Amino acid sequence: MSSVGLDGGGVAALSRGRPSQANGRKQSRVVPGFRLSLGITLFYAALIICLPLATLILVGARLGPADYWAVVSSPRALASYRVTLGAAALATVFNTFYGFALAWVLVRYEFPGRRILDAIVDLPFALPTAVAGVALTAIFAKNGWFGEPLGALGITVAYTPIGIALAMAFTSLPFIVRTLQPVMEELDGEIEEAAKTLGANKVTIFFRVVLPILVPALLAGVSLAFARCLGEFGAVIFIAGNQPYNTEITALLAFIRIEEYDYPAAAAIATVMLGTAFVLLITTNALQAYARRHEIAP
Amino acid sequence: MRRLPVVTAAVLFALGALPAFAEAPSSILNASYDVSRELFVAVNKEYAAKYLKDTGKTLEIKQSHAGSSKQARSILEGLDADVVTFNQATDVQVLADKGFVAANWSEKFPHGASPFYSLPVFLVRAGNPKGIKDWNDLVRDDVKLVFPNPKTSGNARYTYLAATAYAKEAFGNDEAKVNEFVKKFLANVAVFDTGGRAATTTFVEREIGDVLITFETETTGIRKEFGTDKFDAVVPSVSLLADFPVAVVDKVAEKRGSTEIATDYLNFLYSPEGQTILAENGNRVRDEAVAKKFAASFQPVRLVTVDEVFGGWPAVNKTYFGSDGLLDQQLAGQ
Amino acid sequence: MSGASNLDRATSRQGWSRFVLIGGVLLVTALVIGAPVVAVFSQALSKGLGYALESLAHPDTRAAIWLSVTVAIVVVPINTVFGIAAAWAIAKFRFPGRKLLLAIVELPFSVSPIVAGISYLFVYGGQGLFGPWLEAHDLKIMFALPGIILATTFVTAPFVARELIPLMQLQGNGDEEVAATLGARGWQTFFRVTLPNIRWGLLYGVVLCNARVLGEFGAVSIVSGNIRGETNTLPLHVELLYHDYNAAGAFAAAAVLTLVALVTLLVKTLMERVIRSA
Repeated sequence: MSSVGLDGGGVAALSRGRPSQANGRKQSRVVPGFRLSLGITLFYAALIICLPLATLILVGARLGPADYWAVVSSPRALASYRVTLGAAALATVFNTFYGFALAWVLVRYEFPGRRILDAIVDLPFALPTAVAGVALTAIFAKNGWFGEPLGALGITVAYTPIGIALAMAFTSLPFIVRTLQPVMEELDGEIEEAAKTLGANKVTIFFRVVLPILVPALLAGVSLAFARCLGEFGAVIFIAGNQPYNTEITALLAFIRIEEYDYPAAAAIATVMLGTAFVLLITTNALQAYARRHEIAP
Repeated sequence: MRRLPVVTAAVLFALGALPAFAEAPSSILNASYDVSRELFVAVNKEYAAKYLKDTGKTLEIKQSHAGSSKQARSILEGLDADVVTFNQATDVQVLADKGFVAANWSEKFPHGASPFYSLPVFLVRAGNPKGIKDWNDLVRDDVKLVFPNPKTSGNARYTYLAATAYAKEAFGNDEAKVNEFVKKFLANVAVFDTGGRAATTTFVEREIGDVLITFETETTGIRKEFGTDKFDAVVPSVSLLADFPVAVVDKVAEKRGSTEIATDYLNFLYSPEGQTILAENGNRVRDEAVAKKFAASFQPVRLVTVDEVFGGWPAVNKTYFGSDGLLDQQLAGQ
Repeated sequence: MSGASNLDRATSRQGWSRFVLIGGVLLVTALVIGAPVVAVFSQALSKGLGYALESLAHPDTRAAIWLSVTVAIVVVPINTVFGIAAAWAIAKFRFPGRKLLLAIVELPFSVSPIVAGISYLFVYGGQGLFGPWLEAHDLKIMFALPGIILATTFVTAPFVARELIPLMQLQGNGDEEVAATLGARGWQTFFRVTLPNIRWGLLYGVVLCNARVLGEFGAVSIVSGNIRGETNTLPLHVELLYHDYNAAGAFAAAAVLTLVALVTLLVKTLMERVIRSA
């Protein structure tokens, strides 16, 4: 159980099997504190979360449909979506393989340094994104530790879309590992043994038996990671070239619109990001619910 | 219900922690542009010493640095700056339009309220390996440029306009050719940072690009900081005069009772001591005696002004920097 | 859980694929995650330990550290109380709109910090919703401590709640129901029954929340105003020094934040050990 994941909810829920419906929350009014806890939650959610976001939507709405559309579909905005989505996709694909291998190694093998590796996986969560940004930039800049040899091979990372993807991959890695890990832990060897006895080879076992069980959790982790990539700012702005149309992410474009006093445009672009985040969140929750329902029987 | 008081107390604490200053201010805040960091450290030290000598009181001068436009916006949003020392008249004008600064701000101090000026020049790597001499070298295919985003940085707006001014002269106002030239110029930019200093870091520390285009004062500062053997400054045949306007933010100063100190602080910039510090930091100054003393550190250059070439800042903002203005179009064409 | 059975399975596997996989993962991890951390410390010490300590002792840096600590002192308790309340309401009861509430509580997790910062600007900025009212009453929120606190609170809101909700769901309501049946009052039930059950999960959420509070950058960069020694949090100060011709100083400040992150991981690992052995 090395994994009360940093992203808590989904992970821990996955790791511990379905929350037992048998508790019968219907009769649970015996438990005290409903009004107080709900009151605090609603008050806080309204003041801290809903009020600012509602104001944002309001400011964006002041534009009117035609102008709103013109702002969010302007060539520069479209280019920024392309850069952001492209880099996020690249980062997520990388993390899908790397995160899968990392989780697999952590769960399946015992080797010196395993515990340290397990702890280090969470580093991107604990490390401030700005620190990650300056550190990655220092390493991958033309005169950096990795930048110099890579440059000799003709590969530039810093100030290119690859650099953006790298920063995103760094900050979103734990989501995939921590979502997969508990499910892998519950996947005991028996099914694989059974398949083996039936004559399946290792590759077949992996693709036909193991992978299908892991897919829902993997997808949940991927969508969490992808959402995080889309919103990342601190780590990215240091290493991105911030060149409009080429290396300008959507979050930076919203930031720049603010600096230009163009508040409605900033709000409009921010609402696009907000909407995307919300859709991804709903998707993730649905995937996690699905994963929980289709979990292998304990 | 034991928890609510805790929350309330925390919220009240959060809300009540400021405002901290009410009575006679022992500090003022100077909101300035990005690359003036070292300059105002030097100025403030000198002024605080003078203030102590004159009044027997200590004065702390706080600094805030960012792109000039960003600073103006922050002040509109509530940043309590007593004075602004910007690199662009438009950013002061925005404050004047909203009633933060007197409408006649440019007449409140000598020389159009601009105690010093500078110009965009080039900084190249030691020995000038690409042989950069003038603006037309910057549109060559083998040259990569670094300067900040003209949308957020006043510094970069001067650079952009200076390149345009050069092209206007070179092509006799043939708009298509000017446009082509500027497009190429923009296409050669390797990194657009949001502020002048970030651009410096990219060029100097990250070794990106062949030419950094920034204020002369910044190139002087870089060579002072990193060694004159590492970089050469190149002054082009023509450049754009960059005024550095100053103003008291009346709305804030009146509230805080700092008008007198703020005015005195800005006047200090015009005094021989103030002008000397400015010149030492690579700025061209108004005081003739001081200017003469430092004449050797400044190459002669032909300067044109925004008014002469472009018909003033309002016209410039409309034509070039507005949403979907010429700058947007030139960037989009890449 | 990776006990003996895993070990047996592992050792019975063909050696080479195992070594390739482990080696590959370790290598990539060292390059992607390890290298940046090493880089922070090596750059911080590039001008010697003395210089690093000196730049940390600079008044502006000390002010930044103190500001970040102040923000944590205010935000972490607020979000802890909120997290417990939200988890209690969402995990222990069914009510209409519960799922929506859960989504709203989790939203700050997936929304960009930039969106958060911009939203707060629209509410409390001089031209925002409450701007004129705040100005009339001489209250400062933007570009001052309260704004930084609010933006940080938003960004770190879900940490404690997301840790507690699954935990409370798993534990069910049995203990609380028994306590209530035996006549325990509400707060007694909470402090004597629930809190001991969730204490590790709670502590865990608090530790993570704290790490994120200290490290928040995007949202704070919009609401801060960049006043040196006054509204610069430590992560913003890293950026400021970085652009001050002072890379070594910037990395010294970054090293402080990295140390905090490493301590966070250490505490987290130790807590997991306690949970496991419990």
